[in-house]
Amino acid sequence: MTIEKSQILNWLNSCADIFAKERDYLTQLDADIGDADHGINMNRGFERVKDKITTIEDQDIGTIFKTTGMTLLSSVGGASGPLYGTFFIRAAAAGNGKQSIDLNDLCQIFSDGVDGVVARGKAQPGDKTMCDVWWTVVEALEKSKDEGQDLQQALVAMGEASEKGAAATIEMQAKKGRASYLGERSIGHQDPGATSSMMMVKALRDVVVGQA
Amino acid sequence: MKKLINNVDDIVKEQLEGMALAHPELKFNDEPRYVWHEPKQKQVALLSGGGSGHEPLHAGFIGDGMLTGACPGEVFTSPTPDQMYECAQKVDAGEGVLFFVKNYTGDVLNFETAVELLHGDDVKVGSIIIDDDVAVKDSLYTAGRRGVAATVLLEKIVGAAAAQGQSLEQCEALARRVNNQARSFGVALQACTVPAAGKPSFVLADNEVEFGVGIHGEPGIERREFTDVKTLVEQVFSELVDCPDYSRTLREWDREKGEWTELETTTERFDLDSEYIVLVNGLGGTPQCELLGVYREFALKCKATGYNIGRQLIGDYCTALNMEGFSITMLKADKELLELWDAAVNTPALRWKC
Ligand SMILES: Nc1ncnc2c1ncn2[C@@H]1O[C@H](COP(=O)(O)OP(=O)(O)OP(=O)(O)O)[C@@H](O)[C@H]1O
Ligand SMILES: [Mg+2]
Repeated sequence: MTIEKSQILNWLNSCADIFAKERDYLTQLDADIGDADHGINMNRGFERVKDKITTIEDQDIGTIFKTTGMTLLSSVGGASGPLYGTFFIRAAAAGNGKQSIDLNDLCQIFSDGVDGVVARGKAQPGDKTMCDVWWTVVEALEKSKDEGQDLQQALVAMGEASEKGAAATIEMQAKKGRASYLGERSIGHQDPGATSSMMMVKALRDVVVGQA
Repeated sequence: MKKLINNVDDIVKEQLEGMALAHPELKFNDEPRYVWHEPKQKQVALLSGGGSGHEPLHAGFIGDGMLTGACPGEVFTSPTPDQMYECAQKVDAGEGVLFFVKNYTGDVLNFETAVELLHGDDVKVGSIIIDDDVAVKDSLYTAGRRGVAATVLLEKIVGAAAAQGQSLEQCEALARRVNNQARSFGVALQACTVPAAGKPSFVLADNEVEFGVGIHGEPGIERREFTDVKTLVEQVFSELVDCPDYSRTLREWDREKGEWTELETTTERFDLDSEYIVLVNGLGGTPQCELLGVYREFALKCKATGYNIGRQLIGDYCTALNMEGFSITMLKADKELLELWDAAVNTPALRWKC
């Protein structure tokens, strides 16, 4: 079983729908420990992505990711703009020339993506950022791969891992980004960027294996 | 929410259109969004930018003797790299482009991306981080001190140097020096209302102030009891002058190698021999009469403790929408900085000797 290009396009569209729906929720999370704009930023960015990908539907998965990254880079703003932008631009490499991807590719795509985010933002595990979700997700995918699970099982495990990763940020004290200025006052709140990352990961699972 | 806003999504655009109508010498491009002017002489282009909502920062400081261009983001959200990239292309006169970046993760990352893109196109580009907010104590467990009102002083001073024909390298060195000699501290009496959110970012009781507040409606370092102006201003004064040396690593663009290098740098100490440029800055919702009252307390305190105020500026220069409160910035100045400060400037929000 593989993930087809049409499913990748569905996934990106579904992210746009989710960020439109969850815009206020994400913004509220950011109001608690940041500057109340994360949902607005993600919503603006993915609306643009949705428009943009209609023009490149016949391209390969690498090109679709690269275009997604460039679009996010020039429309999201904030910290998450260059970070998600870099994520997709880096992720594109492992999708170059491909019309479908397997578990190995997906693993590579997400781990290249998060490496790109780290190269820009220098986050470390436990800093209470979106990376805390992506690392958990990549780890789960690696594990599924090692255990010889099929894609479907791997995606289900990946979705659960993303929830765990996001929930784990509640107890963390932010050391990066705007929330870090709050010191200990950042503890007790789920990180907005980790939450938007979790939503994206779960959206991919839902598009490929159906609602869990 | 009662606001003079047609549509929340259009505030930045309509504000800039209004600005261009009011100041025909400024030019406004909407896609991507930036404002610029053409300096009288060929000079290093100085470009700033950041989230909107801090007006007159930055677009209000475009003009002879200050900024060449500015890239406004959405309200309180950093601009995107395509804005800086195109604005830099537009204003570069061949002498190079210098970015002024307030230290927020969003601004830093977006400007860094723009620097890399411009370098790829052979534009001579440099980037200065401004981090003057002494309310943030450590750089190890946070994203470091924030960039606030010292930005105004820095843009004025380096603006004068660029207009006098100083090189990109000289402008960079000057900007770094100004940043290390400046300290700011802010206090809020009431939070601001981000239009898209529609309600105040936090609520303070009548006897409370948010102490060490930033310029985005994010909470400050602590909530303190408010008794009277004198006590509050004296508390701010001690935060400014009693502040220990602050070292941090700042990323600098190495134009030769085309890569980022990490530079460890430490702030300058304050002393009683120097003169200071003092900015008592309103955060957007504070009446002038109260700001002058704050300046009065501050000047009295400086006099009593032997600090020399060489120049002063009082008013709304680096705001947080309608936040009620103020910040005070002290810049330790020598003859060179005072002369650059006094030099002619002709912008919508700062204007003298022209
Ligand atoms: N250095 C970093 N590395 C990884 N993720 C980060 C970093 N800094 C911030 N983030 C993520 O970005 C999220 C905040 O994104 P948001 O869109 O609100 O930008 P912002 O920080 O408010 O930017 P701005 O200050 O320009 O408004 C955080 O919740 C966190 O997950
Ligand atoms: Mg935010």
